[in-house]
Amino acid sequence: MSEMIDANEIRRKYLRDGMLPTIFCNGCGHGNAIDYTFWAIEELGINMDDVALASGIGCSSRIPGYINADGLHTTHGRALAFATGIKAANPDMHVIVFTGDGDCTGIGGNHFIHAARRNIDMTVILLNNFIYGMTGGQLAPTAPKGSIATTAPYGNIEQPFNISELATALGAAYVARWPIFYPYQPIKSIKEGIQTPGFALIELMSPCPTAYGRRNKLGEIDQLWAWYEQNTILIEDYEKTMRYGTEEEKAAVKEKFLIGIFQKAEKPGFFEAYDRMVKKLMANDDAKWGGGGAE
Amino acid sequence: MKYQRDPVRIRKVLGDKVQFIQGDMAVAYGGLVAGVSFFGGYPITPASEVAEGMARLLPRVGGTFIQMEDEIGSIAAVIGAAWGGVKAMTATSGPGFSLMMENYGYAIMTETPCVIANVQRTGPSTGQPTLGAQGDMMQVRWGSHGDMEAIALAPSTVQECLDMTIEAINLSERYRHPVCVMTDGEIGHLREKLVIPDEDEIELVERRTPKLPPGEFLPFAPSQIDGSKVPDFAAFGTGYHTYVTGLTHNEKGFPRTDKQPDHERLVMRIIEKITDDRKRFVNIEEVMMDDAEVAFVTYGASARPARSAVMDARKAGIKAGMLRLKTVWPFPRDEIMAVSKKVERIIVPEMNLGQIYHPIREYTDQACEVVMAPKIGGEMHLPHELAEYLGVRT
Amino acid sequence: MTITIIEDWCKGCELCINRCPTSSLEKSKDLNKKGVYPPRLKEENECNFCRLCELICPDFAITVTQEAGEERVQKQKLILGGVAR
Repeated sequence: MSEMIDANEIRRKYLRDGMLPTIFCNGCGHGNAIDYTFWAIEELGINMDDVALASGIGCSSRIPGYINADGLHTTHGRALAFATGIKAANPDMHVIVFTGDGDCTGIGGNHFIHAARRNIDMTVILLNNFIYGMTGGQLAPTAPKGSIATTAPYGNIEQPFNISELATALGAAYVARWPIFYPYQPIKSIKEGIQTPGFALIELMSPCPTAYGRRNKLGEIDQLWAWYEQNTILIEDYEKTMRYGTEEEKAAVKEKFLIGIFQKAEKPGFFEAYDRMVKKLMANDDAKWGGGGAE
Repeated sequence: MKYQRDPVRIRKVLGDKVQFIQGDMAVAYGGLVAGVSFFGGYPITPASEVAEGMARLLPRVGGTFIQMEDEIGSIAAVIGAAWGGVKAMTATSGPGFSLMMENYGYAIMTETPCVIANVQRTGPSTGQPTLGAQGDMMQVRWGSHGDMEAIALAPSTVQECLDMTIEAINLSERYRHPVCVMTDGEIGHLREKLVIPDEDEIELVERRTPKLPPGEFLPFAPSQIDGSKVPDFAAFGTGYHTYVTGLTHNEKGFPRTDKQPDHERLVMRIIEKITDDRKRFVNIEEVMMDDAEVAFVTYGASARPARSAVMDARKAGIKAGMLRLKTVWPFPRDEIMAVSKKVERIIVPEMNLGQIYHPIREYTDQACEVVMAPKIGGEMHLPHELAEYLGVRT
Repeated sequence: MTITIIEDWCKGCELCINRCPTSSLEKSKDLNKKGVYPPRLKEENECNFCRLCELICPDFAITVTQEAGEERVQKQKLILGGVAR
């Protein structure tokens, strides 16, 4: 059996001492996202000196505080814009952003859209828990219809975002969505995301028993975790059912969240293309204004 | 690729030493000369030319320009780049400046060196986009929420647009604080003679990096090199694993939001690192002040007609003078107090309805009369209009 | 096989106990600082060192350590996927 690193070693290498235990409520999935990221970094053999983290505001955005790496805990919704600057200044670093559904697609929607469109080189780990947890349980733009929240006391009537489908449409190089309860796929996707040149989005469906579960009859931690098992379906299985399934089977899967890898495209990140242009411009010094096309 | 400042290449890209050029472009030139290698911006009249200049110039010296999706993203990317280890700046005007306020406060709280050029235009709201004003002078001081200090310079010529951008970068590096170059639409779009300084004519400041190894180094404590209230700066990627947060934090950078002393200690240090050096910030120009009995106290674009008015008044036998504030914030209190004891009347020409007028009045402490000389609507004062304030009959 | 728990980090979500494929864990008897009962290995257990509990503990509180020389027990049930090496 090959030498496998044990949990003590992981903690020593990656956790920021003095900051534990985390502020996350019991049963919250955010702690798992941290652990899976550690395993992904460990298996890629990345040196933590080369990792730069960024996050906005919210429960998920507290994650960099627990990780022993350079981290920028920024303002609400703006993590991706800050991360763009870090990558521009220090292109050799792996820029990993921790953000939430509200932080990234609520107030931060504009930066999310453009960072994905431009294929800026960063790995975005988005913790989708259907709620604004830090501020006490307000409605998030991803909450399923009918969800109860402090600002939707009579049930959510809004059409929620489908983040991974949105990112795929925006042309992000890598898009994957996984629930948090099985560790192996999220770890694999975080690895692939880090290795993807350009914009990688890993949407992790992270249960929030305190703010979301409690108000939506899913207060028991294991009950909420189980809800995700029953309400997600692999993309491949979904397509198979829709093609070959009976009407009942089709109806059963229609409302489920698709999980798996939505997009895996090989295309250069923004700063890779920009760097090529810079090298070309600097090569022929006397290039007049305009200096010819970028390619 | 990581940026290496190459002064020879910069001069070649900027072109002739003497040029006839706009204030906005001079801001871009100043950024390049000072070693700025990242510019994140967004189009806005009358500041777009700064971004356009940077879009053309930066890639030719190995720097990076990016047009972000809005002004909030622009200042965010600039702060991110600063933590990535480079000199970074942005440029905008009133509406964009208002959008930047939250991240401007974040840069102050996290002590991030960066520069914002605000090419002011007439407000409120969309106002007169193509016409200059000086209506953001209190916003730069009080615009973000909470207690903080501001560093704001006010150029009144195209040459000063370049020189003050260099000075702004230096001040932001020395004090680890955002610095605003408060120019305006008039100076920004005005073409004037510009002389690009040679390498030996300028002095560049770099943020101080830690001597202690990670583990012993405290990223948000007074400098462990000489106790200065400006902490040493450990850029990302240098192995220090710095944690940076807008939350109230302790000297290690960890969030500490529940204890009153922790907050007071942090905020007072961030303020005092500037107010302790109030004397060093004073940067004023005196015009015929020695025997002046009545004086303009003004800054930026308004100083131009004021200078002419002083000449006219002197011709008419009136002992007039002008004190021009090149650095408006931190406010030169003692210098204003001294003037108030020398002259009978201070007149404050501003292209707003009276903003810097208020701290001027505050610090004259009624030692002399203080008169507002406001003008709004996107037109600068005419010299004769100001001469009347000095008592010249036209 | 032994399971060591960082007492003060466990928040009592019991995910490890409920999701252990061989249900080898149970609540311990002693209350920790947070007023919950951290998990412990049952007397009789079929723990096969799959380390799932370690991976899904949101609070890094569990360490699964294999005594030296102990032969790894063959898993009865297949767990979805596997840690790619």
